[in-house]
Amino acid sequence: MYRCELIADRLASAVDSALKKIDTRVVDMLCAARREETDERAAWALDQIIENARIAENGNCYPCQDTGVAMLFVRIGTDAQTDGDLTAALTEGVRRGYREARKSIADPLTRLNTGDNTPPVIYYDVTGGNGLEVTFLAKGAGSENMGGVRMLTPSKGRKGIIDAVVGIVRDAGANPCPPILLGVGVGGTMDKACLLSKLALIRECGRPSADPDVALLESEILESVNALGIGAQGLGGNHTALACAVETFPTHIGMLPVAVTIQCHSVRHAHIDFAEDNA
Amino acid sequence: MNVRQITNDSDLTELVAGEVAEFSGVAYTARDAAHKRFVEAADAGRPLPIDIAGAAIYYAGPTPARKGEIIGSCGPTTSARMDDYAPRLLDMGLKIMIGKGKRSPAVIDAIKRNKAVYLIAVGGAAALIKSRITECEEIAYPDLGCEAVRRIVFDRLPLLVAIDTAGNNILK
Repeated sequence: MYRCELIADRLASAVDSALKKIDTRVVDMLCAARREETDERAAWALDQIIENARIAENGNCYPCQDTGVAMLFVRIGTDAQTDGDLTAALTEGVRRGYREARKSIADPLTRLNTGDNTPPVIYYDVTGGNGLEVTFLAKGAGSENMGGVRMLTPSKGRKGIIDAVVGIVRDAGANPCPPILLGVGVGGTMDKACLLSKLALIRECGRPSADPDVALLESEILESVNALGIGAQGLGGNHTALACAVETFPTHIGMLPVAVTIQCHSVRHAHIDFAEDNA
Repeated sequence: MNVRQITNDSDLTELVAGEVAEFSGVAYTARDAAHKRFVEAADAGRPLPIDIAGAAIYYAGPTPARKGEIIGSCGPTTSARMDDYAPRLLDMGLKIMIGKGKRSPAVIDAIKRNKAVYLIAVGGAAALIKSRITECEEIAYPDLGCEAVRRIVFDRLPLLVAIDTAGNNILK
Protein backbone atom coordinates (compact mmCIF):
# COMPACT_ATOMS: atom_id res chain seq x y z
CA MET A 1 0.00 0.00 0.00
CA TYR A 2 1.41 3.35 -1.05
CA ARG A 3 0.76 6.14 1.44
CA CYS A 4 -0.29 9.40 -0.22
CA GLU A 5 1.40 11.51 2.44
CA LEU A 6 4.76 9.86 1.65
CA ILE A 7 4.18 10.22 -2.09
CA ALA A 8 3.58 13.97 -1.68
CA ASP A 9 6.61 14.38 0.63
CA ARG A 10 9.01 12.52 -1.57
CA LEU A 11 7.80 14.16 -4.77
CA ALA A 12 8.06 17.63 -3.17
CA SER A 13 11.65 17.01 -2.15
CA ALA A 14 12.59 15.64 -5.59
CA VAL A 15 10.94 18.58 -7.38
CA ASP A 16 12.66 21.15 -5.15
CA SER A 17 16.10 19.59 -5.77
CA ALA A 18 15.53 19.06 -9.49
CA LEU A 19 14.57 22.70 -10.06
CA LYS A 20 17.92 23.85 -8.64
CA LYS A 21 20.17 21.69 -10.77
CA ILE A 22 20.78 21.22 -14.48
CA ASP A 23 21.25 17.57 -15.49
CA THR A 24 25.02 16.96 -15.16
CA ARG A 25 25.06 15.11 -18.51
CA VAL A 26 23.78 18.27 -20.17
CA VAL A 27 26.40 20.41 -18.39
CA ASP A 28 29.05 18.01 -19.73
CA MET A 29 27.62 18.40 -23.25
CA LEU A 30 27.68 22.20 -22.87
CA CYS A 31 31.33 22.09 -21.78
CA ALA A 32 32.19 19.88 -24.78
CA ALA A 33 30.35 22.31 -27.08
CA ARG A 34 32.31 25.23 -25.61
CA ARG A 35 35.64 23.48 -26.22
CA GLU A 36 34.72 22.98 -29.89
CA GLU A 37 33.09 26.37 -30.46
CA THR A 38 35.00 28.70 -32.75
CA ASP A 39 32.35 31.44 -33.10
CA GLU A 40 33.27 34.27 -30.73
CA ARG A 41 29.71 35.33 -29.86
CA ALA A 42 28.44 31.78 -29.42
CA ALA A 43 31.43 31.12 -27.11
CA TRP A 44 30.47 34.26 -25.14
CA ALA A 45 26.98 32.79 -24.60
CA LEU A 46 28.23 29.27 -23.77
CA ASP A 47 30.66 30.65 -21.19
CA GLN A 48 27.77 32.35 -19.40
CA ILE A 49 25.53 29.30 -19.60
CA ILE A 50 28.25 27.11 -18.06
CA GLU A 51 29.11 29.69 -15.38
CA ASN A 52 25.38 30.01 -14.62
CA ALA A 53 25.09 26.26 -14.01
CA ARG A 54 28.04 26.46 -11.60
CA ILE A 55 26.60 29.48 -9.73
CA ALA A 56 23.22 27.77 -9.39
CA GLU A 57 24.71 24.54 -8.09
CA ASN A 58 27.06 26.25 -5.61
CA GLY A 59 24.37 28.68 -4.43
CA ASN A 60 21.57 26.10 -4.33
CA CYS A 61 19.45 28.48 -6.41
CA TYR A 62 17.41 28.22 -9.60
CA PRO A 63 19.52 28.16 -12.78
CA CYS A 64 16.51 29.54 -14.69
CA GLN A 65 13.75 31.84 -13.44
CA ASP A 66 11.25 29.87 -15.51
CA THR A 67 10.77 26.91 -13.20
CA GLY A 68 8.16 25.76 -15.66
CA VAL A 69 4.97 23.80 -15.76
CA ALA A 70 5.37 20.58 -13.77
CA MET A 71 4.96 17.51 -15.96
CA LEU A 72 4.60 14.11 -14.31
CA PHE A 73 4.89 10.83 -16.19
CA VAL A 74 3.48 8.13 -13.94
CA ARG A 75 3.90 4.39 -14.35
CA ILE A 76 1.58 2.50 -12.07
CA GLY A 77 0.99 -1.23 -11.80
CA THR A 78 -2.54 -2.65 -11.87
CA ASP A 79 -1.86 -4.25 -8.47
CA ALA A 80 -0.59 -1.03 -6.86
CA GLN A 81 -2.84 0.38 -4.16
CA THR A 82 -2.82 3.79 -2.53
CA ASP A 83 -4.49 4.92 0.70
CA GLY A 84 -6.06 7.92 -1.02
CA ASP A 85 -6.36 9.96 -4.20
CA LEU A 86 -3.08 9.59 -6.14
CA THR A 87 -3.67 12.62 -8.37
CA ALA A 88 -4.32 14.76 -5.29
CA ALA A 89 -1.12 13.45 -3.66
CA LEU A 90 0.95 14.21 -6.76
CA THR A 91 -0.59 17.67 -7.01
CA GLU A 92 0.26 18.32 -3.37
CA GLY A 93 3.85 17.19 -3.99
CA VAL A 94 4.15 19.68 -6.84
CA ARG A 95 2.59 22.45 -4.73
CA ARG A 96 5.16 21.92 -1.94
CA GLY A 97 8.06 21.38 -4.35
CA TYR A 98 7.37 24.78 -5.93
CA ARG A 99 7.01 26.65 -2.62
CA GLU A 100 10.15 28.74 -3.27
CA ALA A 101 9.97 28.56 -7.07
CA ARG A 102 8.17 30.83 -9.51
CA LYS A 103 4.43 30.40 -9.82
CA SER A 104 3.95 30.28 -13.57
CA ILE A 105 0.56 28.63 -14.04
CA ALA A 106 -2.48 30.66 -15.08
CA ASP A 107 -5.99 30.08 -16.40
CA PRO A 108 -5.70 30.11 -20.20
CA LEU A 109 -8.62 32.52 -20.69
CA THR A 110 -8.72 34.79 -17.64
CA ARG A 111 -4.91 34.58 -17.20
CA LEU A 112 -5.45 34.49 -13.44
CA ASN A 113 -2.47 32.82 -11.75
CA THR A 114 -3.34 29.72 -9.72
CA GLY A 115 -0.80 30.92 -7.15
CA ASP A 116 0.91 27.63 -6.35
CA ASN A 117 2.11 26.32 -9.73
CA THR A 118 -0.57 23.63 -9.81
CA PRO A 119 -2.10 21.79 -11.49
CA PRO A 120 0.70 19.66 -12.91
CA VAL A 121 0.25 18.00 -16.30
CA ILE A 122 0.03 14.28 -15.49
CA TYR A 123 0.17 11.27 -17.82
CA TYR A 124 -0.61 7.83 -16.41
CA ASP A 125 0.75 4.67 -17.94
CA VAL A 126 -0.74 1.49 -16.50
CA THR A 127 1.60 -1.49 -16.38
CA GLY A 128 1.59 -4.93 -14.79
CA GLY A 129 2.76 -5.58 -11.23
CA ASN A 130 2.52 -3.27 -8.21
CA GLY A 131 5.16 -0.64 -8.99
CA LEU A 132 4.80 3.14 -8.87
CA GLU A 133 7.32 5.38 -10.63
CA VAL A 134 7.12 9.06 -11.44
CA THR A 135 9.31 11.10 -13.76
CA PHE A 136 9.16 14.86 -13.19
CA LEU A 137 10.06 17.32 -15.95
CA ALA A 138 10.04 21.10 -15.47
CA LYS A 139 8.95 22.50 -18.83
CA GLY A 140 9.67 26.17 -19.46
CA ALA A 141 7.52 28.28 -21.79
CA GLY A 142 10.29 29.68 -23.97
CA SER A 143 11.15 26.30 -25.45
CA GLU A 144 7.70 24.69 -25.19
CA ASN A 145 6.16 27.53 -27.22
CA MET A 146 8.43 26.68 -30.16
CA GLY A 147 7.52 23.00 -30.52
CA GLY A 148 5.17 21.72 -33.17
CA VAL A 149 3.40 18.83 -34.82
CA ARG A 150 3.20 18.00 -38.52
CA MET A 151 0.75 15.49 -39.98
CA LEU A 152 2.80 14.23 -42.93
CA THR A 153 1.61 11.91 -45.64
CA PRO A 154 3.40 8.53 -45.64
CA SER A 155 5.01 9.34 -49.01
CA LYS A 156 7.17 11.99 -47.28
CA GLY A 157 9.04 9.20 -45.51
CA ARG A 158 12.26 9.52 -43.59
CA LYS A 159 13.36 12.68 -45.41
CA GLY A 160 10.00 14.26 -44.66
CA ILE A 161 10.47 13.56 -40.95
CA ILE A 162 13.92 15.16 -40.93
CA ASP A 163 12.68 18.17 -42.94
CA ALA A 164 9.74 18.65 -40.56
CA VAL A 165 12.01 18.73 -37.50
CA VAL A 166 14.52 21.02 -39.21
CA GLY A 167 11.70 23.38 -40.24
CA ILE A 168 10.37 23.63 -36.71
CA VAL A 169 13.85 24.29 -35.29
CA ARG A 170 14.57 26.87 -38.03
CA ASP A 171 11.36 28.76 -37.22
CA ALA A 172 12.21 28.64 -33.49
CA GLY A 173 15.55 30.34 -34.12
CA ALA A 174 16.96 32.00 -31.02
CA ASN A 175 13.70 31.87 -29.04
CA PRO A 176 13.93 28.49 -27.23
CA CYS A 177 17.35 29.30 -25.66
CA PRO A 178 19.67 27.17 -27.79
CA PRO A 179 21.66 24.98 -27.42
CA ILE A 180 18.53 22.85 -27.25
CA LEU A 181 17.67 19.19 -26.86
CA LEU A 182 15.09 17.66 -29.18
CA GLY A 183 12.38 15.17 -28.31
CA VAL A 184 10.73 13.79 -31.45
CA GLY A 185 7.66 11.58 -31.59
CA VAL A 186 6.97 9.70 -34.83
CA GLY A 187 3.80 7.70 -35.43
CA GLY A 188 0.63 6.96 -33.48
CA THR A 189 -1.96 9.74 -33.79
CA MET A 190 -1.50 13.50 -33.51
CA ASP A 191 -1.78 13.47 -29.69
CA LYS A 192 0.23 10.23 -29.35
CA ALA A 193 3.10 11.72 -31.37
CA CYS A 194 3.13 14.73 -29.00
CA LEU A 195 3.29 12.46 -25.95
CA LEU A 196 6.06 10.40 -27.60
CA SER A 197 8.07 13.61 -28.11
CA LYS A 198 7.91 14.20 -24.34
CA LEU A 199 8.79 10.57 -23.54
CA ALA A 200 11.80 10.94 -25.85
CA LEU A 201 12.95 13.90 -23.73
CA ILE A 202 12.79 12.00 -20.46
CA ARG A 203 15.04 9.26 -21.78
CA GLU A 204 18.56 9.60 -20.31
CA CYS A 205 20.00 12.70 -22.03
CA GLY A 206 22.29 11.78 -24.93
CA ARG A 207 21.59 8.04 -24.87
CA PRO A 208 20.72 6.81 -28.38
CA SER A 209 17.64 4.70 -29.09
CA ALA A 210 18.08 0.95 -28.57
CA ASP A 211 16.73 0.49 -32.12
CA PRO A 212 19.70 1.04 -34.51
CA ASP A 213 17.46 2.42 -37.26
CA VAL A 214 15.89 4.95 -34.89
CA ALA A 215 19.34 5.80 -33.48
CA LEU A 216 20.50 6.52 -37.03
CA LEU A 217 17.49 8.80 -37.55
CA GLU A 218 18.39 10.62 -34.32
CA SER A 219 21.92 11.30 -35.53
CA GLU A 220 20.67 12.35 -39.00
CA ILE A 221 18.26 14.85 -37.44
CA LEU A 222 20.96 16.19 -35.10
CA GLU A 223 23.38 16.70 -37.97
CA SER A 224 20.77 18.45 -40.14
CA VAL A 225 19.66 20.71 -37.30
CA ASN A 226 23.22 21.72 -36.45
CA ALA A 227 23.85 22.54 -40.12
CA LEU A 228 21.29 25.37 -39.74
CA GLY A 229 23.92 27.54 -38.05
CA ILE A 230 21.50 29.01 -35.48
CA GLY A 231 23.98 28.22 -32.71
CA ALA A 232 24.02 29.09 -29.02
CA GLN A 233 21.37 31.76 -28.31
CA GLY A 234 20.92 32.18 -32.07
CA LEU A 235 24.32 33.85 -32.34
CA GLY A 236 25.83 31.38 -34.84
CA GLY A 237 28.17 28.43 -34.61
CA ASN A 238 27.60 24.70 -34.76
CA HIS A 239 25.78 24.04 -31.51
CA THR A 240 22.07 24.57 -32.14
CA ALA A 241 21.18 21.21 -30.57
CA LEU A 242 23.12 19.02 -28.15
CA ALA A 243 21.08 15.84 -28.57
CA CYS A 244 18.06 14.39 -30.34
CA ALA A 245 15.92 11.52 -29.06
CA VAL A 246 13.22 9.88 -31.18
CA GLU A 247 10.42 7.61 -29.97
CA THR A 248 8.23 5.77 -32.46
CA PHE A 249 4.85 4.01 -32.38
CA PRO A 250 2.94 2.20 -35.13
CA THR A 251 0.62 4.51 -37.03
CA HIS A 252 -2.27 4.32 -39.51
CA ILE A 253 -1.48 3.30 -43.12
CA GLY A 254 -2.61 6.76 -44.17
CA MET A 255 -0.67 8.80 -41.59
CA LEU A 256 2.80 9.92 -40.58
CA PRO A 257 2.53 12.19 -37.54
CA VAL A 258 5.72 13.95 -36.41
CA ALA A 259 5.82 15.94 -33.18
CA VAL A 260 8.74 17.95 -31.85
CA THR A 261 9.24 19.09 -28.28
CA ILE A 262 12.06 21.54 -27.82
CA GLN A 263 13.89 21.53 -24.49
CA CYS A 264 16.15 24.44 -23.57
CA HIS A 265 19.64 23.88 -22.15
CA SER A 266 18.23 24.22 -18.62
CA VAL A 267 17.25 20.55 -18.33
CA ARG A 268 15.69 19.91 -14.93
CA HIS A 269 14.09 16.57 -14.17
CA ALA A 270 13.90 13.78 -11.59
CA HIS A 271 12.87 10.16 -11.43
CA ILE A 272 11.33 8.63 -8.32
CA ASP A 273 10.71 4.93 -7.79
CA PHE A 274 8.20 4.80 -4.94
CA ALA A 275 8.37 1.00 -4.77
CA GLU A 276 11.60 1.42 -2.79
CA ASP A 277 9.51 2.99 -0.03
CA ASN A 278 6.76 0.41 -0.16
CA ALA A 279 8.14 -1.83 2.56
CA MET B 1 36.90 41.12 -26.88
CA ASN B 2 36.03 44.82 -26.44
CA VAL B 3 33.12 45.32 -24.05
CA ARG B 4 30.96 48.42 -24.56
CA GLN B 5 29.68 49.93 -21.29
CA ILE B 6 26.07 51.14 -21.46
CA THR B 7 24.26 53.27 -18.87
CA ASN B 8 20.92 55.11 -18.81
CA ASP B 9 22.77 58.19 -20.15
CA SER B 10 24.65 56.53 -23.01
CA ASP B 11 24.39 57.85 -26.56
CA LEU B 12 22.62 54.84 -28.03
CA THR B 13 23.42 55.83 -31.62
CA GLU B 14 27.03 54.79 -30.93
CA LEU B 15 26.02 51.15 -30.37
CA VAL B 16 26.56 48.73 -33.23
CA ALA B 17 24.63 45.46 -33.70
CA GLY B 18 26.85 42.53 -32.71
CA GLU B 19 28.84 44.40 -30.06
CA VAL B 20 29.38 42.78 -26.68
CA ALA B 21 28.22 45.14 -23.93
CA GLU B 22 27.42 45.50 -20.25
CA PHE B 23 24.55 47.55 -18.88
CA SER B 24 24.78 49.34 -15.55
CA GLY B 25 21.81 51.34 -14.39
CA VAL B 26 18.06 51.32 -13.86
CA ALA B 27 15.66 49.05 -15.74
CA TYR B 28 12.05 48.04 -15.16
CA THR B 29 10.92 44.42 -15.37
CA ALA B 30 7.78 43.86 -17.42
CA ARG B 31 6.33 40.83 -19.19
CA ASP B 32 3.19 40.31 -21.33
CA ALA B 33 0.65 41.01 -18.59
CA ALA B 34 2.31 44.29 -17.52
CA HIS B 35 2.72 45.38 -21.16
CA LYS B 36 -0.99 44.80 -21.74
CA ARG B 37 -1.76 47.10 -18.79
CA PHE B 38 0.74 49.74 -19.97
CA VAL B 39 -0.96 49.91 -23.36
CA GLU B 40 -4.46 49.87 -21.84
CA ALA B 41 -3.44 52.79 -19.60
CA ALA B 42 -2.00 54.69 -22.56
CA ASP B 43 -5.18 54.04 -24.61
CA ALA B 44 -7.31 55.36 -21.74
CA GLY B 45 -5.11 58.44 -21.33
CA ARG B 46 -4.01 57.35 -17.86
CA PRO B 47 -0.37 57.69 -16.71
CA LEU B 48 1.89 54.64 -16.79
CA PRO B 49 3.38 53.50 -13.46
CA ILE B 50 6.86 54.16 -14.86
CA ASP B 51 8.30 57.15 -16.69
CA ILE B 52 8.53 55.54 -20.13
CA ALA B 53 10.46 58.42 -21.74
CA GLY B 54 14.07 57.28 -21.95
CA ALA B 55 13.37 54.12 -19.96
CA ALA B 56 14.97 50.68 -20.13
CA ILE B 57 12.63 47.67 -19.87
CA TYR B 58 13.91 44.21 -19.00
CA TYR B 59 11.63 41.38 -20.10
CA ALA B 60 11.81 39.19 -17.02
CA GLY B 61 9.84 37.65 -14.17
CA PRO B 62 12.11 36.48 -11.33
CA THR B 63 11.70 33.60 -8.91
CA PRO B 64 10.74 34.85 -5.43
CA ALA B 65 13.58 36.33 -3.37
CA ARG B 66 14.58 34.18 -0.44
CA LYS B 67 15.15 35.71 2.99
CA GLY B 68 18.08 38.14 2.83
CA GLU B 69 18.17 38.20 -0.97
CA ILE B 70 17.60 41.26 -3.19
CA ILE B 71 15.88 39.23 -5.89
CA GLY B 72 15.53 35.62 -7.05
CA SER B 73 16.90 34.12 -10.28
CA CYS B 74 16.12 36.55 -13.06
CA GLY B 75 16.96 35.69 -16.67
CA PRO B 76 15.36 37.20 -19.77
CA THR B 77 12.09 35.91 -21.22
CA THR B 78 11.20 35.60 -24.92
CA SER B 79 10.90 39.14 -26.31
CA ALA B 80 8.62 38.15 -29.19
CA ARG B 81 5.68 37.95 -26.79
CA MET B 82 6.02 41.70 -26.25
CA ASP B 83 6.12 42.50 -29.98
CA ASP B 84 2.43 43.48 -30.14
CA TYR B 85 2.97 46.12 -27.45
CA ALA B 86 6.54 47.34 -27.99
CA PRO B 87 5.99 49.74 -30.95
CA ARG B 88 3.44 51.72 -28.92
CA LEU B 89 5.87 52.06 -25.99
CA LEU B 90 8.78 52.94 -28.29
CA ASP B 91 6.67 55.73 -29.78
CA MET B 92 6.12 56.96 -26.20
CA GLY B 93 9.88 57.20 -25.62
CA LEU B 94 11.05 53.74 -24.51
CA LYS B 95 14.75 53.59 -25.42
CA ILE B 96 16.22 50.26 -24.29
CA MET B 97 14.63 46.81 -24.45
CA ILE B 98 16.45 43.86 -22.92
CA GLY B 99 15.28 40.31 -23.58
CA LYS B 100 16.06 37.22 -25.62
CA GLY B 101 15.22 36.07 -29.13
CA LYS B 102 13.96 37.64 -32.34
CA ARG B 103 11.79 40.75 -32.85
CA SER B 104 9.10 41.40 -35.46
CA PRO B 105 9.54 43.72 -38.46
CA ALA B 106 7.09 46.17 -36.81
CA VAL B 107 9.31 46.37 -33.72
CA ILE B 108 12.43 46.86 -35.84
CA ASP B 109 10.71 49.72 -37.70
CA ALA B 110 9.74 51.33 -34.39
CA ILE B 111 13.30 50.94 -33.12
CA LYS B 112 14.63 52.82 -36.16
CA ARG B 113 11.88 55.47 -35.99
CA ASN B 114 12.67 56.22 -32.34
CA LYS B 115 16.44 55.62 -32.27
CA ALA B 116 16.05 52.91 -29.63
CA VAL B 117 18.00 49.68 -29.16
CA TYR B 118 17.27 46.01 -28.46
CA LEU B 119 19.83 44.23 -26.31
CA ILE B 120 19.91 40.50 -25.57
CA ALA B 121 20.95 38.76 -22.39
CA VAL B 122 21.69 35.03 -22.30
CA GLY B 123 18.48 33.01 -21.93
CA GLY B 124 18.72 30.68 -18.98
CA ALA B 125 21.59 32.55 -17.30
CA ALA B 126 19.25 33.54 -14.48
CA ALA B 127 21.53 32.78 -11.52
CA LEU B 128 24.43 34.68 -13.10
CA ILE B 129 22.20 37.68 -13.91
CA LYS B 130 20.79 37.65 -10.37
CA SER B 131 24.36 38.21 -9.15
CA ARG B 132 24.53 41.43 -11.23
CA ILE B 133 21.43 43.01 -9.65
CA THR B 134 22.15 45.39 -6.76
CA GLU B 135 18.68 46.84 -6.05
CA CYS B 136 15.10 45.71 -6.56
CA GLU B 137 11.82 47.37 -5.65
CA GLU B 138 8.32 46.30 -6.69
CA ILE B 139 6.57 49.39 -8.01
CA ALA B 140 3.37 48.33 -9.79
CA TYR B 141 0.81 45.57 -10.36
CA PRO B 142 1.66 43.44 -7.28
CA ASP B 143 -1.35 41.23 -8.12
CA LEU B 144 0.62 39.92 -11.10
CA GLY B 145 3.08 38.11 -8.81
CA CYS B 146 6.28 37.36 -10.69
CA GLU B 147 4.94 39.53 -13.53
CA ALA B 148 4.71 42.65 -11.33
CA VAL B 149 6.74 45.67 -12.45
CA ARG B 150 10.00 46.01 -10.54
CA ARG B 151 12.58 48.78 -10.61
CA ILE B 152 15.95 47.06 -10.64
CA VAL B 153 19.52 48.33 -10.74
CA PHE B 154 22.08 46.36 -12.74
CA ASP B 155 25.81 46.35 -12.21
CA ARG B 156 27.40 45.14 -15.45
CA LEU B 157 24.67 42.96 -16.94
CA PRO B 158 26.32 41.00 -19.82
CA LEU B 159 24.58 41.74 -23.14
CA LEU B 160 24.91 41.76 -26.89
CA VAL B 161 23.58 44.59 -29.05
CA ALA B 162 21.05 42.66 -31.16
CA ILE B 163 19.33 45.55 -32.98
CA ASP B 164 20.94 48.98 -33.13
CA THR B 165 19.35 52.41 -33.67
CA ALA B 166 19.77 52.04 -37.45
CA GLY B 167 17.81 48.77 -37.39
CA ASN B 168 20.78 46.49 -38.04
CA ASN B 169 19.84 43.09 -36.64
CA ILE B 170 22.10 40.15 -35.77
CA LEU B 171 19.27 37.64 -35.16
CA LYS B 172 17.85 36.07 -38.29
